[in-house]
Amino acid sequence: MTARFEAGTFTPAPGAGKPLRMLLTHARTEAMLTLRNGEQVLLTVLIPLALLVGLSVLKIIDMPEPRVDSVTPRIFALAVMSSAFTGQAIALGFDRRYGVLKRLAATALPRWLLVAGRVLAALGVVVLQLVLLALTAALLGWSPSPSGLVWTVLLVVLGTVAFGALGVLLGGALKAEVVLALANIVWFVLLLAGGIIVAADSLPEGMATVVRLLPSAALTEGLTTALVDGRVPDWSVFAILAGWGGGAALLATRTTKLV
Amino acid sequence: MSVPAVEVSDLAKSYGSTLAVDGIGFTVERGSVLALLGPNGAGKTTSIEICEGFLRRDGGSVRVLGLDPATDGEKLRPRIGVMPQGGGAYPGVRVDEMLTLVAACAANPLDPAWLLDILGLAGATRTPYKRLSGGQQQRLSLACALIGRPELVFLDEPTAGMDPQARRLVWELVAALRADGVSVLLTTHLMEEAEALADQVVIIDHGRVVAQGSPRELTEQGEDEQHLKFRAKSGLDTTLLLTALPQGCRVSEPMAGHYLVTGTVDPQVVSAVTSWCAQQGVLAQELQVGRRSLEDVFLDLTGRELRS
Repeated sequence: MTARFEAGTFTPAPGAGKPLRMLLTHARTEAMLTLRNGEQVLLTVLIPLALLVGLSVLKIIDMPEPRVDSVTPRIFALAVMSSAFTGQAIALGFDRRYGVLKRLAATALPRWLLVAGRVLAALGVVVLQLVLLALTAALLGWSPSPSGLVWTVLLVVLGTVAFGALGVLLGGALKAEVVLALANIVWFVLLLAGGIIVAADSLPEGMATVVRLLPSAALTEGLTTALVDGRVPDWSVFAILAGWGGGAALLATRTTKLV
Repeated sequence: MSVPAVEVSDLAKSYGSTLAVDGIGFTVERGSVLALLGPNGAGKTTSIEICEGFLRRDGGSVRVLGLDPATDGEKLRPRIGVMPQGGGAYPGVRVDEMLTLVAACAANPLDPAWLLDILGLAGATRTPYKRLSGGQQQRLSLACALIGRPELVFLDEPTAGMDPQARRLVWELVAALRADGVSVLLTTHLMEEAEALADQVVIIDHGRVVAQGSPRELTEQGEDEQHLKFRAKSGLDTTLLLTALPQGCRVSEPMAGHYLVTGTVDPQVVSAVTSWCAQQGVLAQELQVGRRSLEDVFLDLTGRELRS
């Protein structure tokens, strides 16, 4: 009966794959799935692009001229939040629902790699988003301050990790439908009132104090300082992002469920 | 290599006030196949997930390849292959992408293309997971369990949702695994499957072991209770047959046209049945002498009523 399989075909030769190969394969798979998902592309690419063009061309909100210079850092912050927080949370919520996490957790993939792969995938998607947004902004006459680019890269990485940790915290703890609803609501609220579209400084004083502590406001302020003014962002920007990221990551290690 | 593949004793697990597993114990020897057999809700999946390290046990001891899955999960997982119940894959992932990802996690994986080919998935390599049939999803899940050349494989209802050809293939695969020295712990509620594949069968019900042994040991427990089955026209009068049979034999027609003679079945009994059929002018079809099937044992132990 076993004629179909030569003897020795399945002789055990177990062992874990090379960590770097596991990480890259996992990240590549996650990134490809994100880019193939229509809703994710709408969220991560089309909405930020539409807002970039719309806010640069139409004078709906008061902003310093040239408008595209003021708008671009905010849209960068939005793009990071969309991918790393909303996108990751929803994907994780449904991956748990469909048993993906359990499937992967049953392989030799260590737990830290399970998270690292997703973060790396989110970073990859963010880089693609930002390149696309930067090219569009350039067409609209964007002139970023070259001295702020290094800080921009650092802030984008830190922002992706912080929002990514928050995304894992949300997506890893609740039911997929609840995650979907909450992730979109939080995205919308932070976009409008979290210091992205409307700068924290132009809000009423009491509210502004609170909003400045949000990761969305911190990232927007940091990117604006770097790209518009070409200055080093205030240390508090980094502290706020690191605080949210660290807190969320710590909490997530306790609350994240495989199913 | 002297430690058994899996050693479980006095295993206990409850969900809230419900006792899912209540003192289960069994041993999977190296290179052997053990089947956990039981009705739905008997505690099969809970037991297997504790062995895989996905669930924490409340009591008892578990050793998998000499390791405790609750604390040594990271050391254990590279050595085992897992096919969870109901599969598990990204809805949008393509078949080859999923298997490549799982293969990347192993040191010496089998060739993914070859494995997909023998599992009949070669024509579906670019198909997204969500568009596969249930049986195809199961086969991909099986491929993921085997790709890393594990020492021990956990298969939770491996043939659920498969057509007969695919089921046959899985049986051949399990036989090949065993022949190559891989240990297998599987769950099933198909008697035929347990009987065909397993060296050891552990029948569990309501979280307890109700019987265990080789399929032969389990079915021989009522050796004097052999039976002879045949099919003929329904509604025949069996009174005459009963008088022709040795003392202690019973005749019944459990289903229309299916006759069952129980007792000590010897050549005389067979001859009595065939000559009675000749008298009645009917042909006895599918005449079969046998021991109790595993199904009989199972139903005797777990009851014939449908569980609500």
